[in-house]
Amino acid sequence: MTRPAAVLFVIAVLGAAAAAADIPLAQRKSGYEFMTRETRAMQDDDSANPATLSVLDAETLWQRKEGSAGKSCADCHGDARTSMRGVAARYPAFNAARGRPIDLEQRVNICRTEQQRATPLAFESKELLALTAYVGQQSRGMPIDIADDARIRPFLEAGRAMFIDRQGQLNLSCAQCHDDNWGQKLAGAAIPQGHPTGYPLYRLEWQTLGSLQRRLRNCLFGMRAVSYPYGASELVDLELYLMWRARGMPVETPAVRP
Amino acid sequence: MARALINAPAKAKRGEVIEIKTLISHIMETGFRPDSTGKPVPRDIITEFICKYNGEEIFRAELFPAIAANPFLTFFTVADETGTLNFEWSGDNGFTATQSVNITVE
Amino acid sequence: MTRDDGKLQRTRRRFLAETAALAGAAGIALPLAVEQTSATPESMRAAIKNIVGEAPLNKGKVKLDVPALIENGNAVPLTVSCESPMTQDDHVKAIHVFTEKNPQPNVIGARLGPRAGRASFSTRIRLADTQKIVAVAQMSDGSFWTDEVEVVVTLAACLEGS
Repeated sequence: MTRPAAVLFVIAVLGAAAAAADIPLAQRKSGYEFMTRETRAMQDDDSANPATLSVLDAETLWQRKEGSAGKSCADCHGDARTSMRGVAARYPAFNAARGRPIDLEQRVNICRTEQQRATPLAFESKELLALTAYVGQQSRGMPIDIADDARIRPFLEAGRAMFIDRQGQLNLSCAQCHDDNWGQKLAGAAIPQGHPTGYPLYRLEWQTLGSLQRRLRNCLFGMRAVSYPYGASELVDLELYLMWRARGMPVETPAVRP
Repeated sequence: MARALINAPAKAKRGEVIEIKTLISHIMETGFRPDSTGKPVPRDIITEFICKYNGEEIFRAELFPAIAANPFLTFFTVADETGTLNFEWSGDNGFTATQSVNITVE
Repeated sequence: MTRDDGKLQRTRRRFLAETAALAGAAGIALPLAVEQTSATPESMRAAIKNIVGEAPLNKGKVKLDVPALIENGNAVPLTVSCESPMTQDDHVKAIHVFTEKNPQPNVIGARLGPRAGRASFSTRIRLADTQKIVAVAQMSDGSFWTDEVEVVVTLAACLEGS
């Protein structure tokens, strides 16, 4: 083999190894595909999906004047159906002022504190879930679009490390289930690939709407690993990695899951 | 004020059997779930649902704790006259909620 | 309750007498206060008897539609439908649903009538365990019809902790 060809060969092998964990787009499957017909029907019919009630609440919240600035979301953003179109598909996104990526919940609270001069909404509060569900729904059907650029790369790598490193009492990594064993059964339930295509979503287990961070904290608890508080940068890094890993898949927000 | 969602046709032909879908946000606390100290969280459920078509009751249901959170209830009626469909939910702790939709029958 | 009180009293007394006799025969002491955290087939039968009384329960006419395998018992879709012309003279008056292993046996009691057009309704229910679900339909002629299904309930793999 000639020198340049050998170098190319080595790079190709290394490149392949690094990308081995990444499921190719053609093989990416949403959690939707692992659900029963009946649960899918709940997601497909807005009049049967309990998350729709939260979205309706958000339509009202969007118009409500808040904080000492007395502004509503609509005052700056107008009709969410146009202004918010495609937004959730790009989150978590780099925030220059903070020098790091932030998720949609943090973005809403930045608007709350800096523009409306109101108190931030608590994580997992009905209002924050309703607003993120409403904004998320405006991207429904659009492909997740997280671009790997120089600014987010270190955080993407941090998130990826969290995903592939073994952790907790079970010495288990996320990748072991969701990259290597998706489709197999764990305690009677199919292991999905773990793509956050539909958050916030109505989880039958929770009997209410919940965020991706809530689900990640549940996973960490289930793995008997150290969890992180809501809003922790570790969780946002992981959210960023997971959304990047799901890039190209359509947004399903607000989804239903078992 | 609980949020309710009604899905019923706005228009129907006289004599047509139409499907009405209802969804309301409510925790439907069963009264059997233990709290962090082990004591059962007190029951808090919707106990009754009534649908009236131009003032006449067409469907009624008595609900028990076994009904899932955010009660989803669908049923049928014959579209026989233009008017209003009224929906009323009531339950523990004085809970009430109402909603109505109009229907044009031709 | 649309039942005749007198008849109900006799039914209850008869049920208690029968159960006491059974318990006595089996050497079981029945607790006087019925305080239970989980239903039993007996309490489901009692709940059904509350509606039906002494009338026979015929199999047929009513159909229970529940998925055979449930991935989460918190929200199980259920449809009950009845064959009936739904006319003034011949219609379904009520449909009741029961479970045998939930903490208590009643699920829902729906009142219909000729204005329903179709004797069918759907909802989502909670199921505590793999168990039997029973539907009882009451017709305008006073007859009762029933259907039952057995369902298997699995749970989510990773438990909620926070």
